[in-house]
Amino acid sequence: MTPVAIKTLAGQLSNAFMNAGAVPVEAPALQPAEVLLDLYGEDIRGRAYVTDDPVNGEQMLRPDFTVPVVQMHMNGGAEPARYTYNGPVWRKQEPTIGRATEYLQVGYELFDRNDSSLSDAEVFSLFYNILRPYGLRTMTGDIGLLSAAIDGLSTTDRRKERLKRQIWRPMRFRQLLDWYSGKADNLPTRVALLDQVSGSDAEAVLNDAQPFLGVRSEAEVLARVASLQEDAATAPIPAKELAVVEELLALNGTAADALKTLRGVQDRLEGFSTAVDCLEMRLTALAASGIDIKSLPFEANFGLTSMEYYDGFVFGFFDGENVIASGGRYDALTQVLGQGRSIPAVGGVIRPDVLAAVGGGAS
Amino acid sequence: MSVLKLGVPSKGRLQEKTMDWFADHEIKLSRTGSDREYSGAVSGVDGVELVMLSAGEIPKELKAGRIHLGVTGEDLIHEKLPLWEREVVNLQKLGFGHADLIIAVPKGWIDVDCIEDLDAVCAQFRTNHGYRLRIATKYHNLVRGFLRARGVADYQLVDSQGATEGVVKNLTAEAIADITSSGETLRANHLKILSDGLILQSQACVFGSFAADWSDDAKTAFGAIAAKTGWDVTKLKG
Repeated sequence: MTPVAIKTLAGQLSNAFMNAGAVPVEAPALQPAEVLLDLYGEDIRGRAYVTDDPVNGEQMLRPDFTVPVVQMHMNGGAEPARYTYNGPVWRKQEPTIGRATEYLQVGYELFDRNDSSLSDAEVFSLFYNILRPYGLRTMTGDIGLLSAAIDGLSTTDRRKERLKRQIWRPMRFRQLLDWYSGKADNLPTRVALLDQVSGSDAEAVLNDAQPFLGVRSEAEVLARVASLQEDAATAPIPAKELAVVEELLALNGTAADALKTLRGVQDRLEGFSTAVDCLEMRLTALAASGIDIKSLPFEANFGLTSMEYYDGFVFGFFDGENVIASGGRYDALTQVLGQGRSIPAVGGVIRPDVLAAVGGGAS
Repeated sequence: MSVLKLGVPSKGRLQEKTMDWFADHEIKLSRTGSDREYSGAVSGVDGVELVMLSAGEIPKELKAGRIHLGVTGEDLIHEKLPLWEREVVNLQKLGFGHADLIIAVPKGWIDVDCIEDLDAVCAQFRTNHGYRLRIATKYHNLVRGFLRARGVADYQLVDSQGATEGVVKNLTAEAIADITSSGETLRANHLKILSDGLILQSQACVFGSFAADWSDDAKTAFGAIAAKTGWDVTKLKG
């Protein structure tokens, strides 16, 4: 597909979003690195192109539009708001894969304080209808379910916080879950440390390790030792609660079936039914916008590896393994970028380059 | 006329040991001119030119094909050439220049033994101090790749091109990722290695460049070296 054809397709997608009521917006290609680093961590340096300016400091070639569009909206956009954008993003890729490092994204973002299920349904059905002629594979998920399940576990807040922090890193999440449920033994070195500090006290152990260096203080070290002690004395997460999390992570069927399954287990976790209610309201709204929820694919762990700022509904459209479009709800991101203010937000992007390569349905 | 370029470190123990290794295989590398002049000669095989380079420059010279063979550390090859397996071939581990790229933290962190601890401390540190825990290194790609594979994200790398062991004391980083051979410098600076913090075990090696001009004459010269060193000439598929 030629660059001109891709650009033409991008223009058509952009028109479709404008017809749905979105206002076109632009964003600078160069973004202050600090904001993105704060949001994503050091990993973003491996994924975004970093450049340096002697006056403005470190800058990044925008790896997506969501962050600048949220910032723009938080600086005084009217509500509710629908925005669309169409332009290149730049991403470093794993060297061995050889994927494009510069490509167009056409996106749609909706900021609305009213019923979130309606906003979710609006965005999803818009993407669904635009992409329907291409015969893509669809997937949906809900990251809010997993965090609600964690909140509902009968365990310490510290354990819940650690689990929630690792939602996006399935390997670490699994490891924590195994520890916290007693399925895996504590690390031998940690057991040794706990023995050591129970024999004398932590301060004496720390005194043996003098001189003490660095910004991280002795008080911080002692606080963490105390938290390890507390954790070692914490009862394991009960098996029947763990089973709900396992069932949730294994959900892989249709959205309607997922709802049925979750209704069956929701009462085993405190407060979890509220998240299942949210799912039901969303499915009702989706059905009302013409989506067949009896055949809509749903995986509870969908989006957990790639979509770090999403915290609720997530969706993707695929051609084989290629991501053609993806999106979701990112309420927490607006809070992080909003300096005290926040607004519920949901949106998504389409990649016209890979969509053009699919061909077929273009009208 | 020389047709095969062999890049060796321009100074120090790495150069001496390289020369010794080749001498043991009946190839004599020698410096010509004054001690300070970076030129050399090769005897024992025909058609080989000695090129003296900083060990850190050798990876990119190999990649560009400006030298056919080069002696440098695996750490530098892996760091500077993310696609190294496509660009160079490791012909010979030389058995010296051993160095482990490791992650080390202050000895006083009695609560930290492994990456899992480091990850937890990263979260605690960010909450307490308002910025991400800093790891000083010059091996940005290797460290980032290692930590990403282990699901650690709440940290930042700060560049340190030398005397990295001193950064914790100087309050410019909380942890380091650096090469060590005996661990003595680390201990002297009150640092300890994470038990699962070994990123790469490296030693000096001879690498062959795929991009170099492997003319018939260059292949002949390479064959002459390989006959003495026992290298597998098919590895270069020139």
